Amino acid sequence: MFFFILRRLGVLIPTFFGITLITFSLIRMIPGDPIEVMMGERSLDPVLHAAAMKRLGLDQPLYIQYFDYIGNLFQGNLGASLKTQQSVWSEFTTLFPATLELALCALVFATVCGLLAGVVAAIKRGSIFDHGVMGISLTGFSMPIFWWGLILIMLFSVQLGWTPVSGRLDLAFDVQPDTGFMLIDAWRAEMADPEYNAGAFKDAVMHLILPAIVLGTIPLAVIARMTRSSMLEVLREDYVRTARAKGLSPARVIFIHTLRNALIPVLTVIGLQVGTLMGGAVLTETIFSWPGIGKWLIDAIGRRDYPVVQNGILIVATLVILTNFIVDILYGIANPRIRHAK
Amino acid sequence: MSLLQIKNLSVEFGSEKNPFRAVEGLDLSVDQGEIVGIVGESGSGKSVTMMAMMGLLEGQGRIVADELSFDGKNLLTISARERRKIVGKDIAMIFQDPMTSLNPSYTVGYQIMEVLKVHQGLRGAALKARALELMELVEIPAAKTRLEAYPHQLSGGMSQRVMIAVALACNPKLLIADEPTTALDVTIQAQIMDLLVNLQKERNMALLMITHDLAVIAEVAHRVAVMYAGQVAEEGTVPQLFRHPVHPYTQALLSSIPEHSKGARRLVTLPGIVPGQYDRPSGCLLSPRCPYVQERCRNERPGITAHEHGAVRCFYPLFEKKEAP
Repeated sequence: MFFFILRRLGVLIPTFFGITLITFSLIRMIPGDPIEVMMGERSLDPVLHAAAMKRLGLDQPLYIQYFDYIGNLFQGNLGASLKTQQSVWSEFTTLFPATLELALCALVFATVCGLLAGVVAAIKRGSIFDHGVMGISLTGFSMPIFWWGLILIMLFSVQLGWTPVSGRLDLAFDVQPDTGFMLIDAWRAEMADPEYNAGAFKDAVMHLILPAIVLGTIPLAVIARMTRSSMLEVLREDYVRTARAKGLSPARVIFIHTLRNALIPVLTVIGLQVGTLMGGAVLTETIFSWPGIGKWLIDAIGRRDYPVVQNGILIVATLVILTNFIVDILYGIANPRIRHAK
Repeated sequence: MSLLQIKNLSVEFGSEKNPFRAVEGLDLSVDQGEIVGIVGESGSGKSVTMMAMMGLLEGQGRIVADELSFDGKNLLTISARERRKIVGKDIAMIFQDPMTSLNPSYTVGYQIMEVLKVHQGLRGAALKARALELMELVEIPAAKTRLEAYPHQLSGGMSQRVMIAVALACNPKLLIADEPTTALDVTIQAQIMDLLVNLQKERNMALLMITHDLAVIAEVAHRVAVMYAGQVAEEGTVPQLFRHPVHPYTQALLSSIPEHSKGARRLVTLPGIVPGQYDRPSGCLLSPRCPYVQERCRNERPGITAHEHGAVRCFYPLFEKKEAP
């Protein structure tokens, strides 16, 4: 197991360098620089512009800039936002809980519904339920997030008025962002001041439902389809027949003997969804005005805020890689054949 | 009364309109403490019969029978829940490929203990002790450490021993062995057969051995049923059937064993293959391949008739030895 982890870690190093190179180049390929964007349409004194660029170190050749960037990274210096002068790391840590909360809820929604739908579809293969689930999941998978989000807002928020349109919490509540997770903060605020903050928790939940569904739709579809096909494959295995021949209950045959083995590929897919979730969060947060890192990155790209874009994306990418890494380890735990491979 | 009694069993797959009969009009009985062999080519319905009886076809096949009873219980009418109390406990089964028949995600110990937990309600130390006892019963060396092993860490022979341990966990009255040695090395085959036969004698359980290895049957079984295309072609005691086969198919099968046809330069073979879904003859199922075929054989399907030493499904059984024309 130790060597298994070590080997996986070794693969990560080139990946990190690849990410820094890509973000560094891509953001510089967009026309305009931070100073131009800041000045907007006002005329720009070339002397002042050059001075400002020099101050930011942007007058250096690109490879020098890149090595400076990498050098700073190795010293643990992620730089500061050109706009707020706040360090990228502190901005990230302030905003990340909002994204994490949203992504976790979306993932839980997608996993629970996806597994359930996939298992039932596999057991009732060829039934109306099976065809229905697979049809809906194909639709869900093909749905553009921004369009789906707007449709849901129009239906549930505007027409039916069941959920709020945007944000994380109604302004009427007095909630301190202690943990950054609105569900927890709202709950604590409601406990602390039940009179003034009555209904804060429920309000936080209502704010979260639509974004979580929108963000979870694609992962849900992927998980449901993967679960179904994996279940069907495993149901044909000899050891499932053995389990039946042992006189075990259908529930035991399905959940202990089939699902456990069918989960192995599904687990990988769930891990890969973390990337999808981060990508989807950018769109979802923009539509729902959710103050998370997706919205933060979009704004930073608009401002050509190089440090925020480079390092923000690097942090997000690291998180995605780490999650996949953890999934790999879980995979080893779920599948003894991998764990024992030297 | 027989332990297992099957009368006129048919199993159909596919659509109602155009079904494929994997098993047709099968009669079989097994007494307590008896070893019965079922032989036949691939696709002759041996395994399907057993799966149907165990309720393992999962609604895929349609099962019809005049009688299908085990130990006085009617397997046709009991609920799935009742059946599960018998299957795995009083009737146990081991399969052809032991390497894929064990669940790769659980330890050997878990898979043995699972049956004991479900059927006998054993828990804790008693459960573990019993599992260890079973591992030793099937002669697995270093049984204690092997309880923690995963199936991929075991050889084929060891896996089959584990399967046997699982099957014997609740002292079944009937053990069905579906080609238990086909996937194993020749040396291991003999070991596993010896183990099975010894355990059968020790426990006086019935053993139903499905195989296409006639030598195995000749060695261990008391009675044998020869299956062809989903039907029992001939049934009888082992010495009788091996010495005086009366069904043309049995005769052909036996003369295809090299040891049985000394002197002949080429082994006798029946031309053609077992009929499938679309080329089932309307008469006797063997008629397209039978060297003794008559006009009646092509038009009428023979029933099974008892004779002095067994039963045979043929209009013109070969009571006197004839040379194939």
